[in-house]
Formats: sequence, C-alpha cells, structure tokens
Amino acid sequence: MSDNVVLRTQALTKHYGGVHALQSANFEMKKGEHVAIMGDNGAGKSTFVRQITGVEQRTSGNVWLYGEEVNFAGPLDAREAGIETVFQTLALADDLDVPDNLFLGREKTFADWLGPFRILDYKGMRKATMAGLEKTGVKIPNIRNTIQNMSGGQRQCVAIARTATFHSRLTIMDEPTAALGVQETGQVENIIRTLKEQGEPLILVSHNMRQVMDLVDRIIVFRRGRICANLKKEETDGQDVVAYITGAKTQPEYEESAT
Amino acid sequence: MADTSHGTGGLTFDTTKRSWPNEMNILLALIIIIVIFEILGQILPYMNDQSFLFDTRGRFDTIFNEARLKIIILQVSIIGIIALGVSQVIITAGIDLSSGPLVAATAMIAMSFGQTELVNGNPNPKALFGVWAMDLPVLVPIIVGLTFGAMIGAINGTFIAYFRIPPFIATLGMFLILRGIALWWSGGRPVSFPTESYKFIGSGMMPVVWFLSLAAIFHLILRYTVYGKHTYAIGSNEEAARMSGINVRRHKVLVYMVASMLAAFAGVVLSAKASTAQAGMGEFYELFAIAMAVIGGISLTGGRGSIIGTVLGAMVLGVIRSGFTFVKLDGSYQLMAMGGIIIAAVILDQYRQRNRA
Repeated sequence: MSDNVVLRTQALTKHYGGVHALQSANFEMKKGEHVAIMGDNGAGKSTFVRQITGVEQRTSGNVWLYGEEVNFAGPLDAREAGIETVFQTLALADDLDVPDNLFLGREKTFADWLGPFRILDYKGMRKATMAGLEKTGVKIPNIRNTIQNMSGGQRQCVAIARTATFHSRLTIMDEPTAALGVQETGQVENIIRTLKEQGEPLILVSHNMRQVMDLVDRIIVFRRGRICANLKKEETDGQDVVAYITGAKTQPEYEESAT
Repeated sequence: MADTSHGTGGLTFDTTKRSWPNEMNILLALIIIIVIFEILGQILPYMNDQSFLFDTRGRFDTIFNEARLKIIILQVSIIGIIALGVSQVIITAGIDLSSGPLVAATAMIAMSFGQTELVNGNPNPKALFGVWAMDLPVLVPIIVGLTFGAMIGAINGTFIAYFRIPPFIATLGMFLILRGIALWWSGGRPVSFPTESYKFIGSGMMPVVWFLSLAAIFHLILRYTVYGKHTYAIGSNEEAARMSGINVRRHKVLVYMVASMLAAFAGVVLSAKASTAQAGMGEFYELFAIAMAVIGGISLTGGRGSIIGTVLGAMVLGVIRSGFTFVKLDGSYQLMAMGGIIIAAVILDQYRQRNRA
C-alpha cells in the first residue's frame, strides 16, 4: 500500500438492527486531497463518518489511516490518531467558553498524578486557542464568552478551529455550513481553503453543490447505504452529480451495488 | 477573498469583559431579605424595635448580633454539606433524592463503630456490637461512613449511567432502600453514647467549619480541575461531551459517589452533633439540599451554577428560617415562604435563560 494514502476503507459496513445503513464501502483518499461526500438524506454519509471517527462501532470491514490499520474504540482514540471531526450537531458545550470547548476531553493539565482531579492549565489553553484561531483566520470577539452567546457562524468556527489547534492528520466536516448565513458560510469556506493551502487532507460532507464544486478535488456519491460514484471534479458537473445522487446514473464499477 | 472578521470584534482576551456573575444576584437577594427582616423588626408593633442583624443591647464586642449569625449558619451547615454534593449532581443535569435517608443510614452505621464502652462506669446501654467495636479510633467510624456513602453513590451512578434509569427514579428507589437499611441496622433502636472524639466532629461550630472548608475545596475542584470541567460539560451537552472523548458514564458514577460521600459525611457530623443516631434522622434533608442548590442558581437543566451560589443559597434558607423565628412567625409560615422562594428561584433561572443573547 502506498504511503501516499491518508485513509482507506474496505468493505466498511454498518447495520442498525435490520437497517443496512452502510454496505461495503470502499474508499481511498490521498495526501493533501479534499474529498466531498454527497448523497440524499439517509444515504449513509453520516453513518460512514461515524464509523471512521469511532463514534460508532462498525459491523464489519477494515479502516487504514496512513497505511496503518485502525480500530477506534471511541472518538478519543480517533482524535489521538489525528482525525479531527466537525460534527453536524455541533459538539460544543454551550455553557463553556472557547478554550474549554477546544480542549474538551483533552485538557492541558498540571499535576496529572491527581487523576480526575488534575489541575487545568487555563493560561496554556488560552494561548493555544489564540494561536489556533489565528492560524485559521477565525476571529471571535472574546474567547471568554460562553458558546451560547455566539452566532451560528462563530460556533462553527470554534468547532473548526479545533482542527488547527491540534495539528490533525485528517479533518472531517459533516455539513459545516448547513445552518449558516451567506457571510458565515463564506467565512467557513475560507477556512477550508486555508486548510487546502496548508495541504491538510479533508473530507467534506455537504449538500451544497456550489460549495462542493468550489472547494474539493473529488466527489464520492452515496446512495442507499452504498457508494455509487467516484468523480473527479474536472470530469463532472452539478447535473451529473445530481443524476448519481437521485439514482438516474451509476458508475459501471459500482453497478452491482445499485440495486 | 472576503474579510473574515466578525463585526467590530477582532481577536481579544479581555478579562474586564466578563459578565455580571449570577452569584451577585443571589447575594443581592440575600441582602434584601436581611433588610426586610431588619425593617420588620423596626415597624412591627410587638417587636419593640429589635434589630435582626445588629447587636443593639451591647451583648457582643462586634456590631453584629453574633449569636444570631452563628445560629443562622450552624442551622444550615449539615444540610449545606449535602447541598455541595447535590449541586454537582444537578450540574450534570441529574438529581439525587437519596441523600436524606443516606444521612440516617450512615449515622446509624458510623456511630455503631464510634460507641464508647462505658457510660458513667456502666456498660453502654445502647451498645450494638460487642466490646471489639467500642472505643475505636475516630477514624474508623468516619472511614466506614464514607465507604458506605461511596458504595451507595456508586450504585446510584451505575444504575443511572450504565442502565440508563432516570436519576429521579434511581435515587427515589435508593431513598426507600436506605430508610429501610437505617431501620434494619439496629432493629429500629437508636445508637447512642459515642466516644468523645466522635462527639467532637459535631460539637460547637464544627459543622460550620466542615461546611465552609468543604465548600472551599469543592469550589476549587469544580473551577480548576478536569473533574469540574467535565461535570459542567456533561450537564451542558452530554452528547458533545461524549463525542469529545469524555468517559461520560464513568464520570457520572464518580459525581454520584462524591455526592453520596458528602451526604454520608453529613450523617457522621449530624450524629456526632446529636450524640445519637436514629433511623428517622435527616427527614426532608434531600429536599432542602436541592432547594439550597436551586436557590443558589444551580440550573436544573444542568451545566450552570457554582458552589459559591450554593453556599449563598444555603444562607438564604438560613436567614429565612432565623428571620421567621425573629418576627415570631411559626414553622408553618416558614415552610410556605421557603416553598415560594424555591419556585421563584426556578422562574428567575428560566427567565435569565430566555433572555440570553
């Protein structure tokens, strides 16, 4: 296997009881690549993301990260391996401020021998937060504000800024702009472009055709729990992608799955 | 490329920009209540111009009525210790109804290891165990009590976090179980005549010392440790906490253990103060502890509030109790007033939440 491959999945499958939410998904992405995942509601996009990020345990299949086979027991494992995820439901605690949220679950601490009562390094976390925000070009009036006092765009930026703060090896964004206004969407897209310039690999789950065509190199289409197309951006257009999403078209190599 | 700045903000860290802390509102309410009693003391015809807060008869060196202040805080100290724990539970968006009976059960169990062998030269008439359990070092009953509390908390937490039983139901069940244990332990008879060192735990102002030092410790823990941060995070957004890699279940068990250990310690202090342990002790303590937390601004939806708030909430209850006695209104009115204040506190909390930006 080439060292150039960031993420590879083989026959990745997830069943929820009798519901086959994801069936034998074979996926591969290279370093520096930005890949979009598209598909209708319930097509298996978010399920796919949840299996990679360890939020759920897959029914079967294999996942390799940078050539190494991985079995994440939970989201923290995935994070430690370098997968940083911006979830569709913003994984932010409303009553905490920006540094608290950025470092939630992996706080900088003193006196680690105290176990759960180890002491928080507030200063260090604030410093790293500022650095991370600057790197992504995110601007937030006051990082000591609790999240509930922020606009949707600011919240999303905080969620994305996590990525920059922790030098991730793979960033996954699940519908990052679904709930945002035009200006805020532009801001998030700028951050994504910044990541592209820095060569950070990214998986973008999105419904927004313009955004996808604008930002990514490659588009993977999911339909009814299966991958039905793998399209290079240069070789396709919006209508073509829609045809794959709705089931009007299926790529020959995925023919068998298009039942 | 578009300018990515948000409004006029820019990236700043401004310590002066921190919002008006909620605790100030409770302090304000406390002061207002004290002023009301002070005024009532002046205007009610049968009060003969007595002062609620100040020493008008020259009985003390300070300008305040020291005796009253001491009683106010002493009265709420033991329930206050419970409130410190239940506050943490409520911050995780849970509830603990089992603390009152846990006080009774722990009092019984702990004191049976803290009895003295001879009472006025005669064998202890209330002895529960043989001579081996008499005149043990005071650390033994304390450790037994705390261990029992930790065990009950672990059971509560396990049912709530791992078996997904709603906290209300799990701790309600534990409420009855613990009352049963308290009765069963000595067959309903009181356990009495503790050693001198056991008595010392609850003597004089010791309950206040325990309450305030535990409050200080848990204030620091909630504010400056990972335990505290995760407690708030779970109450604020449990799903986010889970996705952030916090072991939510284990943390909840830990929080319920801490809460139950505090309630168990309150049981030790109460039995030491009373020099006896009875199965009926601690009645309604769980409710008053929850009331202190709620008045102190701990939101029942989780994620918000502080130990300082709970201490102030305890003071509010203490002042009301003392104030009603001061203006010579009996307990029935006290209960009605306290009930009203609890409801008012929750309404205020919801109002504040709605008015957030």
